[in-house]
Formats: sequence, structure tokens, C-alpha cells
Amino acid sequence: MHQSILVFRNFRYLKWAASVIAAAVVLYVFHSPEYGLPNGGTWLGYVLGTIGAVLILWLMWFGIRKRRYGTGGAPVEDWLSAHVYLGLALIVIATLHTGFQFGLNVHTLAYGLMMIVIVSGILGLMAYIRVPELMTNNRRGMTLTQMMHEISDLDTACRETALSLGDEINQIVLKAARDTRIGGNVLRQLSGNDPNCATRQANQAVRHLADHAPQVQAEGFRSLLGLLARKEELLARARRDVRFKAFLDIWLFVHVPLSFALLAALMAHIASVFLYW
Amino acid sequence: MPDSVKIAIVGSGPAGLSAAGRAAATGVSHVLLEQRDHLSDTIYKYQKGKLVMATPDVLPLRSDLSFQIGIREEVLGTWGTQITGLKANIRFNSEVTAIKGEKGNFELTLSDGSAINAEYVVFAIGLQGNIRLLGVPGQDREWVQYQLNDPDEYSDETIVVVGAGDAGIENALALTKQNSVIILNRGSEFVRIKQGNLTAITTAIEKNQIDCIYSAETARVDDDGIVVKTPQGETKVKCDRIIARLGASPPRKFVEACGIKFPNADPSSLPELSAQYESNVPGLYVIGALAGYPLIKQAMNQGYEVIEYIQGKQLKPADEPLLEQKFAKIPGNRSVLEILALIQGSVPLLSGLTTLQLREFLLDSNVHVPRGGDVIFERNDYTNSFYSIVDGEVNILIDPEDETKVISLGKGAFFGEMGLLSGRRRTATVMASMPSLLIETPRRSMIKLINSVESVKRVMDEAAVGRQIQTYIAPGIPLSDLQELIQTVKVEKFGQGEVLFREGEAGDCLYLIQRGSVTVSREVGGKEAVISYVAAGNYVGEMALISKAPRSATIRAAVAVEALRLDGGPFQALMARNEAVRRTIEARYRGRMLQNIESTEQPEAGGIIQFLIEQGLGEATDVLLIDEALCVRCDNCEKACAETHQGTSRLNREAGPTYQTIHVPTSCRHCEHPHCMVDCPPDALRRNANGEVYITDSCIGCGNCERNCPYGVIHMAAKPRKKPGLLQWLLFGRGPGPGQAVSGKWGPDSKKEDGGPKKAVKCDMCKDVTGGPACVRACPTGAALRVEPSEFFKVVSSGL
Ligand SMILES: Cc1cc2nc3c(=O)[nH]c(=O)nc-3n(C[C@H](O)[C@H](O)[C@H](O)COP(=O)(O)OP(=O)(O)OC[C@H]3O[C@@H](n4cnc5c(N)ncnc54)[C@H](O)[C@@H]3O)c2cc1C
Ligand code: HEM
Ligand code: SF4
Ligand code: SF4
Repeated sequence: MHQSILVFRNFRYLKWAASVIAAAVVLYVFHSPEYGLPNGGTWLGYVLGTIGAVLILWLMWFGIRKRRYGTGGAPVEDWLSAHVYLGLALIVIATLHTGFQFGLNVHTLAYGLMMIVIVSGILGLMAYIRVPELMTNNRRGMTLTQMMHEISDLDTACRETALSLGDEINQIVLKAARDTRIGGNVLRQLSGNDPNCATRQANQAVRHLADHAPQVQAEGFRSLLGLLARKEELLARARRDVRFKAFLDIWLFVHVPLSFALLAALMAHIASVFLYW
Repeated sequence: MPDSVKIAIVGSGPAGLSAAGRAAATGVSHVLLEQRDHLSDTIYKYQKGKLVMATPDVLPLRSDLSFQIGIREEVLGTWGTQITGLKANIRFNSEVTAIKGEKGNFELTLSDGSAINAEYVVFAIGLQGNIRLLGVPGQDREWVQYQLNDPDEYSDETIVVVGAGDAGIENALALTKQNSVIILNRGSEFVRIKQGNLTAITTAIEKNQIDCIYSAETARVDDDGIVVKTPQGETKVKCDRIIARLGASPPRKFVEACGIKFPNADPSSLPELSAQYESNVPGLYVIGALAGYPLIKQAMNQGYEVIEYIQGKQLKPADEPLLEQKFAKIPGNRSVLEILALIQGSVPLLSGLTTLQLREFLLDSNVHVPRGGDVIFERNDYTNSFYSIVDGEVNILIDPEDETKVISLGKGAFFGEMGLLSGRRRTATVMASMPSLLIETPRRSMIKLINSVESVKRVMDEAAVGRQIQTYIAPGIPLSDLQELIQTVKVEKFGQGEVLFREGEAGDCLYLIQRGSVTVSREVGGKEAVISYVAAGNYVGEMALISKAPRSATIRAAVAVEALRLDGGPFQALMARNEAVRRTIEARYRGRMLQNIESTEQPEAGGIIQFLIEQGLGEATDVLLIDEALCVRCDNCEKACAETHQGTSRLNREAGPTYQTIHVPTSCRHCEHPHCMVDCPPDALRRNANGEVYITDSCIGCGNCERNCPYGVIHMAAKPRKKPGLLQWLLFGRGPGPGQAVSGKWGPDSKKEDGGPKKAVKCDMCKDVTGGPACVRACPTGAALRVEPSEFFKVVSSGL
């Protein structure tokens, strides 16, 4: 219907980021320091380092800005679009700032953390772009709560149908209602699946028993199997929904804590440069 | 031999009670007749602990009883003690069923068959009406109830709910949590209920959470249940409790049966009264909500005054100081009476008003004294007030490009009626051309007046027809040239979904939409497919007149519609006579031809329009949509709303239907004719120039708007306390975070019973928030957007 954050305002922030990158590259190429290779210690190194540090602080400020509602200024969508492009520009700026000198020290630690934050950001961005539509299609107009309600209604219906089908079936159906889980730990959520799904097992067991059931119970089995199949289908959709939501959230658990770690490392990096240099 | 008194007062609400208090204090013989076994039934039925407001604050109280803001129990308690202290003569359980006779000799019949004679009768029965009972044997059993205060009071019961209106459905749904519920529906489906309730009840029935018996008539109530007649025969439904929600019969029938006349059938019309509250039946007085004064304080004042008037005393009305204050701006230092006479003398529209109506009209209005050159309102403003010119002159700037094109209106004229009728933006800017004296009246008072005074309605309708044709069809043509066309105009009303005309019919007329909106649809592959949407202030049906071919599309009312029907003959004559009119209309014709062709290539657009119309966009002026292809479900929009609006989000992102990827969350549509405004006692719902419908602080928390809004977007909520700032939460975890529910320590002031005064809250489009709608501004991905439907539909029909 309208634009995503990438094409937002006709790529305004991509253009900004591109100009910053272009300027950095041009300067870097024509820059020939008096001693040795270009690095953080030259005047260009200082310029790039300062820009990089300011950018990091600004990128982190986004977390605050996002929660300052009703304060005017540019809408959050502008902020995010700029965040993404300028965040990506940081790859070039910081790399040039290092002058490709890496080692086992706090400086390279900061650089590494930054790259992880950026990569997680890229993953998040991919999720933001791809997942909403998948999620919408999967929901078919229902909310997760509505799916849950319907699942529990199906459980009731299953129990009622099972009443006429003997003890064994009753036990199976009860267990299916009691032990079926949606969600769970992170990995389970991300997989969108439950290998030990109690409902699937019940469905298999009932199907097996149905083969040997007497004629009088055939109708009961048929409707029970129908209900279980419908429940399995809904469960699959609900689990997929949980999975999509997890995709939309999980990367932030890397992105945000590591940006704080990055902030700490960055301060250590700056302090050590000025104290021990 | 019936009892005999000088004054009989019917109804012990604040109006009747105050009247009885005055009568007792002055020692006249009187009786106060109340149908229930307690005083003030309307207030008695307020929710427990409800804070009763004493608005308007500026109005002085004139009564022998005291009244100030306080909780329901206190207010009723104080009145009880005071009225006993005054030794008023009260008869409970005495419903008046008929009044006969004349001044000096009325006879009132009571429900128990006894009668009372009175010289004067004061009618103070309010507007709540009589709750409809089941009307079958056993209807009075103690487990048959006609109201439900707290659904959580009952558990593990089998409960039969009778009545499939909104109230019955809401009760039934609330009761299912702890009980097994059966609902009886007289019809074969659910009709005329809110969309939200319809979905909720049908899903509940599908899921067997509620049983529903359709086409069910109640036959009687037995010891153990209710006997129901259905087309299949009689059955008994065993139950522990019956809750009947059959609505109330409005008191108007009864009032009319007593001989009191109403000017017309519109439910908002009021009986005509003299300045002393006397009706057209001499000796029969009407006060309180029934007389059009919907607040407690006003009702009490009138109770006092009416007794004084009956006893021949003169009083300055209690509102005199308010009017004095209003008129203070008017130069010349004149008295209130002089100014009233001046107004009525100069504005013919108001000449048919009684003094009481005029006073009430002015109390609601504002007086303006603009200088020459002052702008009164701007083109495209959403204001919907109405102006009368008492003195001076205004210029209407009809052409936005050319400031010199003006129509002047002088003393006695009025303007602003078009916004009132269409509920849409102002069509022109109006400017005072010399020092003037204007009266601005809010929409609600004007509507009340139009429906209560026949002459006002007539004059308004006549002027409106001419001006609308001038504005929307033939700009710049003098009215005298349009007379032939105007003569043929008929105002026609269409209910939602009704057809104005059908594709293939012969076309002999044109419709100018005055109120509401319509959809245009065509037959595509044997099915009717919507191709576009036309809002108020536009016309339809010109195509057949120009091409002389049959109608090329079907026009259906998207919401309730009022349209002016213009005859084809005089319209074609006008086009033949006038080059400019012909050219604009033909340009429109060509545009629509093109659209018809395009639309057949855009079949999916029709589906979206149809869907959005079903969601109420046909009457919306601004609505929040979410593009689910972009929405990452972070709920930042809801958090932003809550954060900028005292902790309660006025939108529910997830609720509401979705079509393809367009999602309509539960949030205010800012309707053209807001349903929520209809019944607000203090007129607290307003609309401002940008179109947003908002609630002022004068809300008394009665909940009428919550019930009247068909989209379920108004909640009753108490104001929470101020919570610690964002940094404190981030760094120290103090208080609830952004958008988190506020409760407990940071929740509403817990000292007041029931969580402080609950008031209505709804979306105000962030009119007081810097930068505009916080929801849209907080959305990181641009999924949330606010749209003006008529613009949006244009985009949709020309392809997404
Ligand atoms: C939920 C709610 C909250 C409100 N909150 C406020 C508020 O905070 N502040 C405020 O100012 N206003 C409030 N109002 C409005 C206020 O209640 C009314 O304006 C006021 O009660 C009107 O007074 P009344 O005397 O005209 O009629 P009512 O109070 O309606 O009294 C009419 C009385 O007449 C009796 N009666 C009716 N028919 C007969 C008959 N045939 N024979 C004998 N007796 C009869 C009824 O039983 C009733 O006791 C609220 C309204 C509602 C519905
Ligand atoms: C060192 C660089 C970066 C830092 C320090 C940083 C920091 C942050 C912070 C603090 C947030 C706020 C999270 C929250 O509070 O919800 C955030 C959000 C986000 N960042 Fe980054 N970021 C960086 C780079 C990037 C890059 C390169 C991308 C993408 C290519 C990116 C994409 C995002 C996205 C999509 C969000 C989520 C927005 C939302 O849902 O509100 N970030 N980032
Ligand atoms: S803020 Fe935007 S993305 Fe987040 S839930 Fe609301 S509409 Fe969706
Ligand atoms: S509250 Fe409801 S009725 Fe009032 S304007 Fe909003 S959507 Fe319309």
C-alpha cells in the first residue's frame, strides 16, 4: 500500500549515508600520512574516529527517542530509516578508521562488538521486511488469542465426542488436551514446531484405533478425527505465528545488550588511546 | 372520594424532588407521586459509587435541597434526609397512568386504580421511560430481573436472557464467564445491533458458549423456568434466573396522551413551553430532562421555579447572571431583556421561538463582536456551529483563488448551515465586513431547535437547498436564475444499503448528497462490484441526463443518506442556458466515464472499498489504518497513545478486521455525524476545526457515548497518577514503563471509592500533542497511517 523504511522518502537517508561513505573513501584514498600506513592516529584517523563515535552514540539514542512519545520532531519512521543507513555506513567509516590494523586488544574488541551489533541489525531488518506479510497471511484474519480460544473449544468438542468411544480414547484425548504446548523455550519458538506434539500423537493413536473399531463407533471416530485434524492445523498456524513473532523479537536480544557492551568497549578504547598513547 | 391537592408533582427525580421541597417549604398543599419505592429512580440506578457531577459550575443552585459534586450514595442520602425534614408529602409505588381534566380540576389516575385531584400538575418524569416488562404471567417473580449491575455477582447458574438488543447481548456475554446462558431472540437473526456485539454473539453461539433460541416468544414464567413459544411449539426452559432486557418505552407516548403536543415526530423534539414551563395544556407544567434540560442542577432549579410561578410569584430566571455574562461584550450597556428583544427582532429565523427557547438557545451559544476584516471561519475547517447575524454584515469568500468574489449577508441572515447538514468541511471562508454582532450556536443546540420549532426547520431547509445548489452545482449563478430548478427539489432519505437508483434504469433526475455518502457499483460478471465512493457535497446521476442513456451504475447509501432530488428537465435547461455550468458538469461526466472503464480493470479495488465501507469509513472523516505488510506488531502505536493520554490507549491495534493486508484497528473514525454526541447531557463531545471529535472536561461519566458509538471505541476510565519519568524507569526500573498498564501504586487515585471519577475517553487525534497523532509518529515502519476516506478511496480506485 505504501513504502517500506528502505525506500522511505525516496531513499533520503541512503543518500546521506552514501555521501558520508564517499567522502570517507575519497579522503582515505588521497590521504598519505607522514609515517607509515593510515590509521587511527593520523588527522584523518581522528576525524573518522570522531564521526564513528558520535554515530554510535546517536544510533543508541534511538532507543530513547523511540520511547519519547509526543515530543514532536521527526517521526520514528524517519529515525529508523536513518538508523539503518547510517548504521551501515559505520562499517566503512570504522573500518577505514582502523586502517586495517587489528590485534588482540580492546580496540579490536570494540570493532568486533560493533560488527556483531550491525550484523544483528541487518538480520533484524530482514525480519522486519519479510515477516509481517508472512504473518498476516498465516493468520487469515484471526488473532493469536482467537486461535487459542478456538483450540480450547476444539478440546472441549473432542472430549464430548470421545465420551462414547471408550476409556482408552478418552485417556488419549484428555492427554492431548493437557499436554499440547504452544511456544516454550526460545529454540522451540523459533522452530515453529513441536516434535513431541501431544495432539499429533493423539491423532495417530486415534487413527490406529479407528481401524479396529466396531461399526457402531465409526461415526464417532470420524468426527473425532475431523476435530483433531482441525486442531492440528490450527496448532501449526499458532506455532508459526509464535515463530514469526520470535523472529521479529529475538535479534533485539543481541542488538541491544551488545550495543551497551559496545558503548563500554568504546569508552575503554577512547580512554586507553588518550591515557596510554 | 379521591385525595385533593393544589399541586400534584409526577416523578421524584431531581426536578420533581426540588419542586416538592419548594412546595413543602412554602406550605402549599401538594403530593409527590413516584412510581418506584424509592426517590429519584434514574440516579438510584447509577452505578454504585458513581461520582455525580454538578455541572454547569457557573449556574447557581436554586432549591431547598442542597446539591454538590459527590458520590451517588451521598447525594441520594442528603436528599432523603432533607426532604423528610421539609415534611414533603410523598407517595411511593404510585405510577401515574393517566391525567384528565383541566386547570383547576385535574384528575390523575394511579396504577393501583386510585385517583388524585389537583389544580395544577407538574410533570417531571425524566427521559428514562418505563422499563418494558415481560408482559406475561410470572413476570414479577423475584428471580426475574430487568437490570444487571454486576455480572460477576452470579456464578454456576443457568440464566435466560430475554432480548437480543445490545444490552441483552452484552449482559449475556458477560454472564457466560461463570454461568451457562441461554438467550431468547424474537427474530430469526440479530438485527440493529453494534457490529462488535454481532461478531461476539455469533461466535459465542457457534462455539456453543451461549445457546440461542430464535423466533422465541415468552409465554409465561413458571416456578422453575420460562415457557417459550417457537414455531415448533411450546417448550419450557429450566433456569435459575431470568434477565429481561427489552428496552424502555419512551415517556413521550404517555406525555402526548395527557394532551401535551410535540412539534414533530423526531425523537429529539421537545414540547413547546412558556417561559414559566407551562405546556399547551393550561395548568400542566413540564420540567427537568423531559423539558430538554438534561442536567441535575438545571432540573432542581426548575423544580423550585415552577412552584413559585404556579403561586403567581415573579422570579428572575436562575440563568440570568449567565446571560448577563454572555452579553457583557455587546456594546451599549443594555439589559438582558432588551438584548433578547433585539435578537428576536433582527433575526427572522428566531422570531418563532418562545422566550424560554430563546433563552436556552442563547445559553448554549456564544456572542461574537468581530471587527471589519475578522475571519469567522476558514474554508476546510471542520467546525459545525451555526451563525446568526444580529447586526452588521459578513462576506462569504466563495472562490479560494479570487478574494473579490464574495456574497454578502446582512443583518438577520444566517450562515454555517451547510457544515451542520453535511458534517463535512466548511465550503467557504467567512469574514466580517464591518463591526458586527454574531451569535454562534453549537451543532447540538441547533439540531434540537430545528427539530423543536417548525418554522426554523422550514426556513433552514429552504435556504439550504438554494445554497447547496449554488455551491456544488452552479457556482456564481444568482439564486433568481435557479428558481425553476429549486422549485422541483425534494429532500429524500435513504437508510444504509438502500438504493438511490439502479444500473440500467432510465434516468430522469440527479441527486445532490446533502448528508452521508454513497457507493457506486456496477454489474461485473453477474455480481455487483463497488467501483467508487461519493461523499456529501457531490452529485450523482448526471451521466444519464447528459448521455440520455440508461443509468450506468447503481448508487447505494453507504450510511444513512439525505439527498436533494433535482428534476432532469429544469437541470438540462440550466445547462443549456449556462455555458460555465455545462462545462463543469461535462468535465465531471468525462472523468466518471474514465473511472468506469478503469474500474473494470481494477476489480480488487472494489473489494477493498466494500470492506472499508462495512467498517464505517463511509461516515468517517479520519481513520487509522494499519498496513499489515509492514506492521511488525511491536505495539509502539498503542504505547504512544497510552503515554500521551493518561495511561489508557484509545486504540486497540490487534482487534478489528483485516482485508488482504489492510487492517482497521479499533479506534475512532471521527464520524461526520458522530453518534457519540447524540445523547451527552453536558454536551461534552465536541468537534474542532481540524475535524477531531474529542471529549471536554465537562464529561459527567454517564456512559451514553460509550453505548452510542457503533464502533466500540469509547471507554470509561479514571485518570491515573503521574508516574516517574522515562530515565528513572530505564535506569532504576521505577514505575511502569512506557505504555505499560498503570495500576496499583501508580494507578488511579485509590482513595476515592471505585477508583475516582470514571470519565469517557477516546481518540482526540492528539490535538494537544506536539507533532500530531502519536500512534502514526511512533510507528517505526510506517505501517500505521491516518487517512481521510474520500481521499483514500480516490487512491484506491485508481489502483494501489
Ligand atoms: C448514567 C447517568 C449518569 C448521569 N450523571 C449525571 C451527573 O453526574 N450529573 C448531572 O448533572 N446529570 C447526570 N445525568 C443526567 C441526570 O441524571 C438527569 O438529567 C436527571 O436525572 C433528570 O432529572 P429529572 O428529574 O428530569 O428526571 P429523572 O431523574 O429521570 O426522574 C424521573 C422520575 O420519575 C419517575 N417516573 C417516571 N414515570 C413516572 C410515572 N408515570 N409516574 C410516577 N413516577 C414516574 C421515575 O421513576 C423517576 O424517579 C446522568 C444520567 C445518566 C443516565
Ligand atoms: C553500531 C551500530 C548500531 C547501534 C549501536 C544500534 C543500536 C540500536 C538501539 C539502541 C536500538 C533500540 C532498540 C530498542 O530499544 O528497541 C536499535 C534498534 C534497531 N536497530 Fe540498531 N544499532 C546499530 C546498527 C544498526 C544497523 C546497521 C541496522 C540495520 C541494518 C540496525 C537496525 C535496527 C532496527 C531494525 C532496530 C529496531 C527498531 C525498532 O523496532 O524500534 N541497527 N539499534
Ligand atoms: S507501531 Fe506500527 S509496527 Fe508497531 S504495532 Fe503499531 S502499526 Fe504495527
Ligand atoms: S467515538 Fe464512535 S461515534 Fe464518536 S466519532 Fe468516534 S467512531 Fe464516531
